Amino acid sequence: MIHQYKLGGYNIVLDVCSGSVHVVDEVAYDMISLFEGSDRETVISAAAEKYAGREGITRRDLEECYDQVAALRDAGQLFTPDTFEPMAGSLKEKTAGVVKALCLHVAHTCNLNCAYCFASQGKYHGERAVMSFEVGKQALDFLIANSGTRRNLEVDFFGGEPLMNFQVVKDLVAYARSIEKEHHKNFRFTLTTNGLLIDDDVIDFANREMSNVVLSLDGRKEIHDRYRVDYAGNGSWERIVPKFQKLVAARGGKNYYMRGTFTHANPDFLQDIQQMLDLGFTELSMEPVVCAPGDPSALTEEDFPVVCQQYEKLAELMLRRDKEGRPFTFYHYMLDLSGGPCIYKRISGCGSGTEYMAVTPWGDLYPCHQFVGDEKFKLGNIWDGVTNTERRAEFAACNVYAHPECRDCWARLYCSGGCAANAYHATGAITGIYEYGCRLFRKRMECAIMVAAARALDAQYA
Amino acid sequence: MEHIKTIKTRNLCESAKNGGCGECQTSCQSACKTSCGIANQQCESSKDRK
Repeated sequence: MIHQYKLGGYNIVLDVCSGSVHVVDEVAYDMISLFEGSDRETVISAAAEKYAGREGITRRDLEECYDQVAALRDAGQLFTPDTFEPMAGSLKEKTAGVVKALCLHVAHTCNLNCAYCFASQGKYHGERAVMSFEVGKQALDFLIANSGTRRNLEVDFFGGEPLMNFQVVKDLVAYARSIEKEHHKNFRFTLTTNGLLIDDDVIDFANREMSNVVLSLDGRKEIHDRYRVDYAGNGSWERIVPKFQKLVAARGGKNYYMRGTFTHANPDFLQDIQQMLDLGFTELSMEPVVCAPGDPSALTEEDFPVVCQQYEKLAELMLRRDKEGRPFTFYHYMLDLSGGPCIYKRISGCGSGTEYMAVTPWGDLYPCHQFVGDEKFKLGNIWDGVTNTERRAEFAACNVYAHPECRDCWARLYCSGGCAANAYHATGAITGIYEYGCRLFRKRMECAIMVAAARALDAQYA
Repeated sequence: MEHIKTIKTRNLCESAKNGGCGECQTSCQSACKTSCGIANQQCESSKDRK
């Protein structure tokens, strides 16, 4: 399967299964579209007819072009068949029962009252609660005990607002550090915060212990303050931005993401990215809101072309700022074409319910943070382990080939079948798809590949 | 005349030969938490080689 498209002045051809990316001229672009199922003479004649009278394009050129396409096919860089399906699930089978990442819900409570929150203001449709040290410690012990030979273990302190339980976060990190060497493990911690409780102590701790910090900011003040308000209805932008700036300045180049959500209120989210850049932030992530259809914040069909245009303009802005020596990162455009994930990662699915689980303040295990609160998805708990093995098996089988719609999608090796929670909420099955999200994802990948190709062309062909 | 410029990419078919080590980051763990992507993750073993 191939996917070809024009963007940013480039004619791009992606060979889906080999991962090859080609930037081609107009003649090759047309010939590639005619190539499959036709013989040499038919393809060349069709191209000759189209380009008849076009100055500088001879029949010899067309023959040469055909032969270049054929050579790439023969080298396994075009029209590569998908032979990966028998391998799907094999990595998961090989590592069945291994858990390597936990999302610790250290606080099912929040000091903000954001209307669009998928976690219903941090409560996940349940009672307010914070995780005790004992529960968190058991969760870390559970992770180590179930991590097999995996060395790198990921723990995300999540909520609600995790800094509302900061002492437990600090104590859990200290505990993990005290035991990681003897178990030959390396903990990588992430903190996701709305910023309100950031102070010098938090900054010092986060910059010392957190591999990554995810800071929630929606961009422009009026956009951010539309949803991200406290319980008195006051916006939070003015209070958090200086704290984020201080934290990032002190971070010394360690990973962080300024993470925004865009909604029906701001499909023109590039202005929010620009605001983040103007505030001095360069590691950026901007996510489409996930909420029930019909929710006032939900993106609509009318928003779709606006959002797509924003993704294109964002790609142009990145390339322009590269040239100006002011580069920035956009999470979804971080494609490393030469060193990205192997095919096993690309077909195995996201890992929810198998290698990745969420832990509630009470120690219950769920397939991921987005399933927390939906009792039928409870997998077990951190003392008894996974007891709902039927549900776990369902997630283990949820690889890219488990989604019928993905079989014909060129982007399937870029998303691995997409988000199980989004699919479930959209269709009632984790093997379904969230179609609107898929369309946005494909647009993002087209832009990301274009950016990566443009950068590579500069490096390879300069 | 060169009609096609091929970008240097990781050959996915070749990557099938070594199996997967599983050490790479869980895809949802890094920033998004709501919209899964795989391709923007780093390969842990190629990172070690760099």
